[in-house]
Amino acid sequence: MYEHDVIVVGAGGAGLRAAIAAHEAGADVAIVTKLHPVRSHTGAAEGGINAALQEGDDWELHAYDTMKGSDYLGDAPAVETLAQDAPEETITLEHWGMPFSREEDGRVSQRPFGGLSYPRTTYAGAETGHHLLHVMYEQVVKRGIQVYDEWYVMNLATSDEPDPNDRECHGVVAYDVQSGKVEGFKASQGVVLASGGPGQAFDHTTNAVSCTGDGHAMAYRAGVPLEDMEFIQFHPTSLPSTGVLISEGVRGEGGILYNSEGERFMFEHGYANNSGELASRDVVARAELTEVDEGRGVDDEYVHLDMRHLGEERILDRLENILHLAEDFEGVDGLVEPMPVKPGQHYAMGGIEVDENGQSCIDGLYAAGECACVSVHGGNRLGGNALPELIVFGKRAGRHAAGDDLGEAEIRTGYGDDVEDETETEFPVTPGAAGIDTSDGVAADGGVTADAEGLLERAVERERARVDRLLDKDTGVQHAEIRQKLQNAMTDYVNVFRTEDGIRKALKIIRECREEYQDVYVDDPSRTFNTDLQMTYETRNLIDVAETIAIGALVRNEFRGAHWRQEYQERRDDEWLKHTLVSWNDGEPSVFYRPVILEGQEKTYEPKVRSY
Amino acid sequence: MSTQQPEPETQEAPEDPEMKGAESPVDEREKEGGMVDQTSVDDADLEGETVHIKVFRYDPEVEAKQEPRFDDFHVPFKKGMTVLDAVMYARDEYDSSLTFRHSCRQAVCGSDAFFVNGKQRLGCKTQIADLEQPVRIEPLPHQEVVKDLVVDMDHFYDQMHAVEPYFQDEDTPDASDLEEQRQSRENREKVKMSTRCIWCGACMSSCNIAAGDNEYLGPAAINKAYRFAMDERESEEIKEHRLRILEQEHGVWRCQTQFSCTEVCPKDIPLTEHIQELKREAVKKNLKFW
Ligand SMILES: Cc1cc2nc3c(=O)[nH]c(=O)nc-3n(C[C@H](O)[C@H](O)[C@H](O)COP(=O)(O)OP(=O)(O)OC[C@H]3O[C@@H](n4cnc5c(N)ncnc54)[C@H](O)[C@@H]3O)c2cc1C
Ligand code: SF4
Ligand code: FES
Repeated sequence: MYEHDVIVVGAGGAGLRAAIAAHEAGADVAIVTKLHPVRSHTGAAEGGINAALQEGDDWELHAYDTMKGSDYLGDAPAVETLAQDAPEETITLEHWGMPFSREEDGRVSQRPFGGLSYPRTTYAGAETGHHLLHVMYEQVVKRGIQVYDEWYVMNLATSDEPDPNDRECHGVVAYDVQSGKVEGFKASQGVVLASGGPGQAFDHTTNAVSCTGDGHAMAYRAGVPLEDMEFIQFHPTSLPSTGVLISEGVRGEGGILYNSEGERFMFEHGYANNSGELASRDVVARAELTEVDEGRGVDDEYVHLDMRHLGEERILDRLENILHLAEDFEGVDGLVEPMPVKPGQHYAMGGIEVDENGQSCIDGLYAAGECACVSVHGGNRLGGNALPELIVFGKRAGRHAAGDDLGEAEIRTGYGDDVEDETETEFPVTPGAAGIDTSDGVAADGGVTADAEGLLERAVERERARVDRLLDKDTGVQHAEIRQKLQNAMTDYVNVFRTEDGIRKALKIIRECREEYQDVYVDDPSRTFNTDLQMTYETRNLIDVAETIAIGALVRNEFRGAHWRQEYQERRDDEWLKHTLVSWNDGEPSVFYRPVILEGQEKTYEPKVRSY
Repeated sequence: MSTQQPEPETQEAPEDPEMKGAESPVDEREKEGGMVDQTSVDDADLEGETVHIKVFRYDPEVEAKQEPRFDDFHVPFKKGMTVLDAVMYARDEYDSSLTFRHSCRQAVCGSDAFFVNGKQRLGCKTQIADLEQPVRIEPLPHQEVVKDLVVDMDHFYDQMHAVEPYFQDEDTPDASDLEEQRQSRENREKVKMSTRCIWCGACMSSCNIAAGDNEYLGPAAINKAYRFAMDERESEEIKEHRLRILEQEHGVWRCQTQFSCTEVCPKDIPLTEHIQELKREAVKKNLKFW
């Protein structure tokens, strides 16, 4: 067994920042991560970090833009904290040596980004995430913070009082990918989940293969609600074969979208008569899919993004990396042919429900980064707002876990007297339940709470037994089959376009996946670097996460932010200024709602029609 | 637990010990209805065509794999397919024990550097159509093999850490004053390429000197040191400290400017040039010449 004050799960931007903060607060902290830190997905971010740094800008404007962008589903205390803390956190990165792009006078540059009333996106070329990740890892090395890399966290060690609000988290169980050894990691002060997004729930995503929602699923099964999971952002320009992202910059520079008939459909088919290709992400994504659905897609699958007319000089000057991406990942030369693009899953606005101090309803369990929902993005995230979230809330979670007093949180978490129960929706199948043996899931192993160590030991034993079972079994279903089926269902039915019928179909297929998973086995018998075993664990997590996304999408019968419903073409503020929460209750999901907090420090954010 | 891989030049592929998926890839496609749906019209011309890949296999724990060998896979071709796509397909459809690192699929995480047709390349960044068949895919040479295409990266990380890879500022203003340090555009341009390293290890694996001298810092670590030594935000004193680390016996002077690192770097970092420049700096500062 390993023992530390604070255990951080994940080493992307959020995890690294949390670890540094906990270390600075005096804790003995360790990072446990399934990938070496510099392999984390944060490295893929291109655009930049929003922070009100310049004169003429201020945090209140940033908060206002964010509330509006969220389609009034962000919680004001979280949004204001983000806007207030982002400047100092961004400058701290600069002091750590981050190679931000510079102005003539040597100060950091800022550029305009969608939905911002001031050009406040600080950036390092088109590789902001890469630099942010590396700079923070360097600081972790500098401080000698212990990193257990290529250790896969399988579960949490949490006590099992009937009410999740009474439970405590004492550590995690993880498995050394290189040796196959399963061990306990005791956290005497707290566990911070920073495990990233769940993009792999979809067949076509800009996210890394490692983005499997492990933290979401572990917290969920331990009793923490997942919040606003239906809000998934789809990016309109990803490459069809891999999902690699083609930056919005191409359209910004004048790139044009064509359908298979050579029509500039954004105008010719009236999707956005004013802004055309530059309409917001959700509008363009819906337009592209409509073209494909109506038979005007190229190869029935995608549309063309053309930048040839910009001329070689301009392309090389401003969009050089796009040429590389199209060439390397699609085999297309952007100077001589148009590039194929289609919408791809890009970002999850929802996640593990936490307050503005990063704490969940389970004592000692924190979450930060894309896996968490504070919530700052509400129904729709503004480009450039995820990276500041990592550093602002990563730091807060780390400090709080290490014992720093951040004051009473205004955002409430867990089931309580301020929630409203879902009573109306009928589900096509009983979600959850029939699938997986629940003793695998719930935090501890029945019985009254033992001491922390006993609890962790039991959790370790359970995971060891589960690994043995998976490796010993010789026939059955392989995870890849289930995963593909799940991903296809989500892409077919819980994508950009959502209909009640479709979502119900998805829930049925998810249920089938659960049932098939009962018979899953791992073909590779080896304990050495068994990625088959790891992916089998991940697939289980994807099933849980996909189900919460579909449940959220079914109950929210309105059109808000990224959540489009065919039957409901309006934002319904009278009923829906509230968060959806799905929690795992005795092996079945239950749904409840909590009102959005629109009241900020000095003003209340009044919902307005969101137009740009 | 791990084995040193045979030298690639002298390595002979055994006679196709297992022809996985080889019987009838076309049938395989028909069976997997979903696959056909995803095939675009463009690829219809290539219907039935497969790519032949030969993949290095080794697992210290599994009897049949203790003796290193090559496995053949025939993967249905799809336009835009990369080497990584091909090995992923082989794993998901034919043999789930096939093991390799990968994550981002977009050349930023640095985890899938393999030895492909005799050259260090990122699997995700290499179009399969550009390669001669059969495509030979092996783990990075000169590194211990853990299993299949996975090599032990510990030595590489140790060398990266040995150059004190973190900014060592002195009197930076307080962040709460929102006062950043200043860096000129020229200086940022100067260090820009060096900051692109994704720690893939391709350069180290291609370097003959590193292969012969286990203590040599290697191109990636020296480049990392360059990134800081040339950054004007660090003081002269620290720069000197950095040069002292670099001019040691197993530092910059070991480099014989063979350019292999520069050739394979997937991020186009002018590694050899950076090493040369550091040598010049060391001379200027009158540091020891080994
Ligand atoms: C292509 C792309 C471009 C983007 N561009 C921008 C941008 O310009 N601006 C912006 O603000 N946002 C951007 N985003 C969004 C932003 O980059 C991500 O939301 C953010 O980086 C997520 O960081 P994270 O620290 O939460 O997770 P990640 O960086 O994904 O890290 C997750 C970590 O958790 C670990 N982990 C996961 N599961 C386990 C487990 N079971 N056990 C152990 N470890 C585990 C992983 O190893 C990894 O270290 C972009 C996203 C994408 C996909
Ligand atoms: S310098 Fe280039 S080849 Fe070497 S590790 Fe870095 S990115 Fe890879
Ligand atoms: S998979 Fe990340 S670099 Fe290739």
